[in-house]
Amino acid sequence: MTITDLRGLAAETPAAGGAGTRASKPKSSWRSRSVYAGLALIIVYCLAPFYWMVVSSLRRTADIFDNTLLPQPFSLENYAKVFDGSTMFGQALLNSLIVAGVTTVAALVLGIFAAYAISRLEFRFKSVILGVIIATSTFPGISVVVPLLRFFTDLGWINTYQAMIIPNLSFAIPLAVWNLTTFMKQLPFDLEEAAMIDGCSKWQAFRKVLLPLAAPGVFTTAILTFIHSWNEFIIALSMINDPKIQTATVAISKFTGATEFQAPFGEQMAAGVIVTVPLVIMVLVFQRRIVEGLTAGAGK
Amino acid sequence: MTGTATLHRRPAKPPAGHGPPSPGRTPGEGRMAALLLSPTLLVLALVIAYPLISAIHQSLYRAQSGLDADGYVTEGEAFVGLANYADLLAGESGQRFLNAFGNTTFFTVTTVLLETILGLALALAMNRAFKGRSFLRASILVPWAVPTAVSGLLWRWIFQSDGIANSLLGSEILWTAEGTASKLAVIIAEVWKTAPFIGLLVLAGMQIIPGEVYEAAKIDGAGWWRQLGSITLPLVKPTLLVAVLFRMLDALRMFDLPFVLIGPGKESVETLSMLAWDESNQLRYGSASAFAVVLFLYVAAVAIVFVKVLGADVTGARQLGAKRKARAADTTEKTGATR
Repeated sequence: MTITDLRGLAAETPAAGGAGTRASKPKSSWRSRSVYAGLALIIVYCLAPFYWMVVSSLRRTADIFDNTLLPQPFSLENYAKVFDGSTMFGQALLNSLIVAGVTTVAALVLGIFAAYAISRLEFRFKSVILGVIIATSTFPGISVVVPLLRFFTDLGWINTYQAMIIPNLSFAIPLAVWNLTTFMKQLPFDLEEAAMIDGCSKWQAFRKVLLPLAAPGVFTTAILTFIHSWNEFIIALSMINDPKIQTATVAISKFTGATEFQAPFGEQMAAGVIVTVPLVIMVLVFQRRIVEGLTAGAGK
Repeated sequence: MTGTATLHRRPAKPPAGHGPPSPGRTPGEGRMAALLLSPTLLVLALVIAYPLISAIHQSLYRAQSGLDADGYVTEGEAFVGLANYADLLAGESGQRFLNAFGNTTFFTVTTVLLETILGLALALAMNRAFKGRSFLRASILVPWAVPTAVSGLLWRWIFQSDGIANSLLGSEILWTAEGTASKLAVIIAEVWKTAPFIGLLVLAGMQIIPGEVYEAAKIDGAGWWRQLGSITLPLVKPTLLVAVLFRMLDALRMFDLPFVLIGPGKESVETLSMLAWDESNQLRYGSASAFAVVLFLYVAAVAIVFVKVLGADVTGARQLGAKRKARAADTTEKTGATR
């Protein structure tokens, strides 16, 4: 980091460095300026729509159509309305937490076993099985929903948590298995081997050596799976019609005002901010891990 | 103990069995692997294989109501063979299907193309950034983290007739009604959310290119464009292929964004997923299943083309294979030396 910082400084102040700066970068001042302008542009591109959501959520209903960059006057009216009980938004958040949480835990438990088998054991059809598991992640959500909707209707599972959690596993398991496998493959086998030579069984070597080493990978996978489940929409939309069981993403898509003509944009934006903020906090805190997880397959 | 067992066993093994005999394979391993994998495969059978078979089965039936001999209304399902599929190409429902198919393809091609170009540009810019990299990375992750349903809502607000987009452009476009503008709105919102994702993946691919390669190119007098064309792009191509494949598969099943941003049942943005969802909502499971099966086949075809024709290395299997080959070569060399 220090080296890159220095390099950044050198690039910025070529005049001060004089002959000391690298001769190969004569246009570095102009260049670094354009690079930073480009970066500023990227940040604006990424954050401006999100910023607009936050700003709009902090306006009063009366001046929701203002185009000022800061809310004037600042108001929490929309947030109060979101939680005033008529929309059951608090319940929807809780439902999202339950569904995404259980999906994540289930996918991780299954995924850790599967990834261990794939990364550490030798068996026939290994690449076929890994290929099949990854291929399932391409399965369109709607192709899961239509048949299962009928099946769950017969079981009387409509408006239950399991009607969301089980179909969620169709994307959560491939994600977890793939991420964990990539991660475990990178871990050296020697330590486990040493433990086994010292008399540990395979299971003990897995539990006492590999699992602690794999903890960061498990954590990354957990974050990614949780975010994906939290954002899930089509399954929750199809399986649930009772507002008490609805997840947050579905609940806000159904936010309608008293009249059809004036959608409650302020409240929608406030609800959107509430649903997104936990994820944004996660992203800020764990950005390095998330990027690692997302690019797990790419860096090989 | 297992170690010695393998040592004794290895020479006894026939050299050409099924699959390469790898070092360290013990008889119990296959059973243990089966035990560890079976829960995962069982769940996948329930949530993937069963729906697939069930969808194919249901797509051959159609709900029919008629009058029985006593004049009562009967509701039931009749086997109609491939009629649900034949209807995809003819009549009113066929028109709706072809429109949805066209929209899905159009959105996939345009959004993935724009995302790839923009993502590459983002990665190139980020690759040059030294200061503020973590802030940059965090802000680039924000669009990715915003749930698609929320981003639909957010862009719906931006694209309101008296919203910020129109006031910035000084225009009076009805973005969220039917028409070309609504298609454009979907594309803009989708690209906003996903281009950073491609950018991140490509950046990871760029960062493993050793700096010496560029130094050498510079000495040889290659300019920026030449370096981009002859070094950066060829070397990030594998990463880019995988990223593009995953984005395409995602775009083909697009649902949340047009559903929330424009609304269900709008002709100009209806995708295959939305059409199938709508049909199953009307309890027409037969045609809904047929749409779902067609979408699945479409997705599978694209994936196969990418993996087989363009050689996207999704599982890292090719690398594994190469490693295994190297290992095999290594061992034969060793055994040759000892002999």
